[in-house]
Amino acid sequence: MNSGSPHEEPLFRIEQLHKSFGDHEVLKGVSLSVGKGEVIAIVGASGSGKSTLLRCINVLEVPTSGRMFFGGREIDYLRLTQNRAGARELAELRASIGMVFQSYNLWPHRTVMENVTEAPVYVKGVSRTEAIDEAELLLDSIGLSDKRDEYPARLSGGQQQRVAIVRALAMRPRIMLFDEVTSALDPELVGEVLDLMTELARKDMTMLVVTHEMGFARHVSHRVIFVHEGVFAEEGPAREFFAAPKQPATRQFLSRILRDDLIERTDAS
Amino acid sequence: MIGTALDYLQGFAAYMPGYASAFMIAVEVAAVTIVISWLCGLVGVLAKLSRYPALRYPAEFYIWFIRGTPQLVQVFLVYFGLPQVGLNLDPFVAGAIALGVGSGAYVAEIFRSGLLAIPKGQPESAHALGMGNALTFRRIVFPQMIRIVVPALTNEAINTLKNTSLLSTITIMELTLYTQAVIASTFRPFEFYIIVSVLYLAITTILTQFAKWYERRYALYL
Repeated sequence: MNSGSPHEEPLFRIEQLHKSFGDHEVLKGVSLSVGKGEVIAIVGASGSGKSTLLRCINVLEVPTSGRMFFGGREIDYLRLTQNRAGARELAELRASIGMVFQSYNLWPHRTVMENVTEAPVYVKGVSRTEAIDEAELLLDSIGLSDKRDEYPARLSGGQQQRVAIVRALAMRPRIMLFDEVTSALDPELVGEVLDLMTELARKDMTMLVVTHEMGFARHVSHRVIFVHEGVFAEEGPAREFFAAPKQPATRQFLSRILRDDLIERTDAS
Repeated sequence: MIGTALDYLQGFAAYMPGYASAFMIAVEVAAVTIVISWLCGLVGVLAKLSRYPALRYPAEFYIWFIRGTPQLVQVFLVYFGLPQVGLNLDPFVAGAIALGVGSGAYVAEIFRSGLLAIPKGQPESAHALGMGNALTFRRIVFPQMIRIVVPALTNEAINTLKNTSLLSTITIMELTLYTQAVIASTFRPFEFYIIVSVLYLAITTILTQFAKWYERRYALYL
């Protein structure tokens, strides 16, 4: 696990990003620099702006102001959402940014195999046989090759979410965005999804992970960012962040969420 | 006794070839009408959900007009009204257009409810993978919408089929007009209206069964 040398141009960079919905400012000027292979956990209370941040990165939400750079090139989000030429460029950008959602969002009318091969075939223009070969390898790696012809409704939540991750990986993205991907899962299914994400981190995938799983944030991520009321209230290396949080807001958040963890554990036993 | 019963039945048998052709006319005009209504519905819903007011307002006017006026009046408007502005249409064409455009407004609303039933995460995950709007609609949204609306669409097709009886008023020799003609010469309204009801029921029952089968088949996946 290396987090890229400091001299290297970061893979992804945000400067003073703002996002408002109507009068409500959700992101109040955040800046972030993500090195290649870096795993960043983004934590914070719900409504703090974590998900909005991820959704701005692949322009599912159009930022209100601020600049974003990906692989050294500026993401001109206003132009990308304006006309047809922009739309083509936007598609290219999104093709290299994988995103996984809280509610999996697999397409119910397509089989597992079709879910995974859809975008490579129709967006990247990969031949169908090639896409299927690739998908088989990916499904095999998560132990779901026997489910290739099933429809998503026949899979457990954990299996669906792992297929959703593999569907994003099939595009060979340069960065992966995870938006609370374990929040909708039954507790006993959380582990298999986190294991897959841990393995990706080990393989040096660049990852931005919005999560409530403090274990993952502490043990797998390199850096933790605490989002509080639309700003980065605190950020630092995972170990320091948990061992010695500096801000009162961080301490309060951690004590609340870790106590919940504890209660859950006692409940389970 | 048996002889009179046979005579009685033979009396009906004489009208069967006529019924067969009237039945075919009703089915043909219904089929053409249904296809027109799907096209109008698709254009209508895309226009109504468009972000351009120049498309949205006409679509809203269309749906408002059709839903607020009787279908019989719409048929008369096309068949008797349009010739006044120089558009003389064959009764079959006029009937299919009037009923098709008329049903299309309802189909548009059915499509709209189908689109609204699709969770927004569905197109969103397609967009996140780099699929553009057109591709996402064609590959992800449209197929799911169809599955949701097939039962309602079948109901609308049944309505359309029954509404072909309105075309008896514009000289199309479909089931209802033929029945009226037969009754005029036999003075047997009870029997012949029962016969024509059975014929309508035969088609509508097939359609209802299809909708049930379809729902069972796809309930698994959605």
